[in-house]
Amino acid sequence: MSTAVATDRTAAAPKAAPRGRVTQANVLRSEWTKLWTLRSTRWSLLAAVVAMAGLGILIAAVQMGRWTHLDPHERAVYDSIDTGVGGYHLAQLAIGVLGVLVISGEYSTGMIRSSFMAVPKRLPVLWAKIGVFAAVTFVLMLIASLVSFFGVQAIVTGHHLNHSLGDPHALRVVVGTALFLTVLGILSIGIGGLVRNTAGGIALFVFLLFVLPGITAILPASIADSINPYLPLNAGFTVATSTFENGNHLAPWAGFALFCGYAALAVGAAAIGLLRRDA
Amino acid sequence: MVDMIDVDHVSKRYGEKVAVDDLTFAVQPGIVTGFLGPNGAGKSTTMRMILGLDAPTSGTVTVNGKAYRDLAAPLHEIGAMLEARAIHTGRSAYNHLLAMAQTHGIPRSRVTEVIDLVGLTDVARKRAGGFSLGMGQRLGIASALLGDPATVILDEPANGLDPEGILWIRNLLKSLAADGRTVFLSSHLMSEIALTAEHLIVVGKGRLIADTSVSEIVAQASENSAVRVRTPDATALRDALAADGVSVRSDERGVLEVHGVSSERIGELAAEQAIVLHELTPQTASLEEAFMRLTGDSVEYHAAAFPTPVTPDLEQVA
Repeated sequence: MSTAVATDRTAAAPKAAPRGRVTQANVLRSEWTKLWTLRSTRWSLLAAVVAMAGLGILIAAVQMGRWTHLDPHERAVYDSIDTGVGGYHLAQLAIGVLGVLVISGEYSTGMIRSSFMAVPKRLPVLWAKIGVFAAVTFVLMLIASLVSFFGVQAIVTGHHLNHSLGDPHALRVVVGTALFLTVLGILSIGIGGLVRNTAGGIALFVFLLFVLPGITAILPASIADSINPYLPLNAGFTVATSTFENGNHLAPWAGFALFCGYAALAVGAAAIGLLRRDA
Repeated sequence: MVDMIDVDHVSKRYGEKVAVDDLTFAVQPGIVTGFLGPNGAGKSTTMRMILGLDAPTSGTVTVNGKAYRDLAAPLHEIGAMLEARAIHTGRSAYNHLLAMAQTHGIPRSRVTEVIDLVGLTDVARKRAGGFSLGMGQRLGIASALLGDPATVILDEPANGLDPEGILWIRNLLKSLAADGRTVFLSSHLMSEIALTAEHLIVVGKGRLIADTSVSEIVAQASENSAVRVRTPDATALRDALAADGVSVRSDERGVLEVHGVSSERIGELAAEQAIVLHELTPQTASLEEAFMRLTGDSVEYHAAAFPTPVTPDLEQVA
């Protein structure tokens, strides 16, 4: 601390400080730091993990507690794999909002100017944000959905409803849930980068994923049926479920591929905007 | 000699509004250059274009001969502190600087170094959102110095600082200049800039008004300045001075303020007429007057270009 308060002296003499340069790996390190050094990020991720790991278990416990009160149809279609990943209903909201914030938070605070002054080519910042957020989301959500899956199976064993990971669909649904939430996060980063405003970004995210399906529900059935399978959430969610309410849906991986396409579209539009617009 | 910053016929329009209008200037290496103009003159916009944040509508800007976007390690070449905050309010000063440093592979030790340098050691781990204006400015300067760049750009660094903070900024600028760094410094206050700058770029309404040294600008502005004369025989002196182009004003008994004639000539005339003088003082124009005169011209220029202004331009009056 010998240099502290030395106001009339700049740092080490020019050229003494070590020289580096901007690389994608360096920008990834920077974005990793940025992600974990905000309280809001840590809380959102914690909320997503708790929701993903805990909600399914909670629901299973309630259902098993009043199993004899459920009607025969409910009991007949009961699927412990779907309950095992039921937490995604809540987790998707936390992940989506956080994805928007990862980029809109920089615009609202002015941080984006620092980011782009350090990385003037700009796109490495976007790729690094996506890479870091996707990796963190996938790992956390995979762990959480495994915890939830095994927790639920343990609870439903008493009623002989349990599945193992080796059963048809089980592994695909557990991993698929983590994949679905990861791509959802990427999609919302794209939305955040496109809208550049937290309130607007979250509104667009909620509209595309949760309001749009409600709007098609009030359309005539024939039109709704032909649109519904292609809506982002309906397409993406196919990979994260083992039973469907009806036959009107895309095949799991086809639906997920379409969902990835939507995310790519949003990210591509955000990338073009990032390059063309003033920061 | 390559200019550190080269602004070449740059214009920037936001819709109908012209923020920067065909601006051309160069910032020379190794000296402090002031960038002066009233609020709204386009200084911040120009700085954002230098830093690659805003794209010029036309013209080119280069830093060390390259577009900012093409610099492989911008933080090592040019450090900047913008007027508007450029930091996430939820992050601590240390983590903000660390994230910036990591983009270039700059070690943590350098982050601690710049934090100590700007005197933020005690608050480095606190959320930047709770920083005072002065602490925010210090953090901005820490960011600018992080990569130990040869060129430093500071947008209104003294804005909103208390006297202690302003003194700190002045000392810092002097030490940066003493290190041989190129400093490009904007301000709307001539007095602030004149203390440190050698060269001046003056803008008004997005246009270049002057590109000159500080001493030259003062000399120019002083040419038509007044001479203060105190004499017990003011009436006689006034008559003696009566000539074309000379105006004499008196706000105080026995004191004349004379325009349009040099102090030497006034002395000679007084001697010829045997008028006693108690005081004969050329009034050197202050820097602030010089600045007002320069930007005042830019208002007149625009008034001439657009003969029927619909609304008075309040920006220029400020």
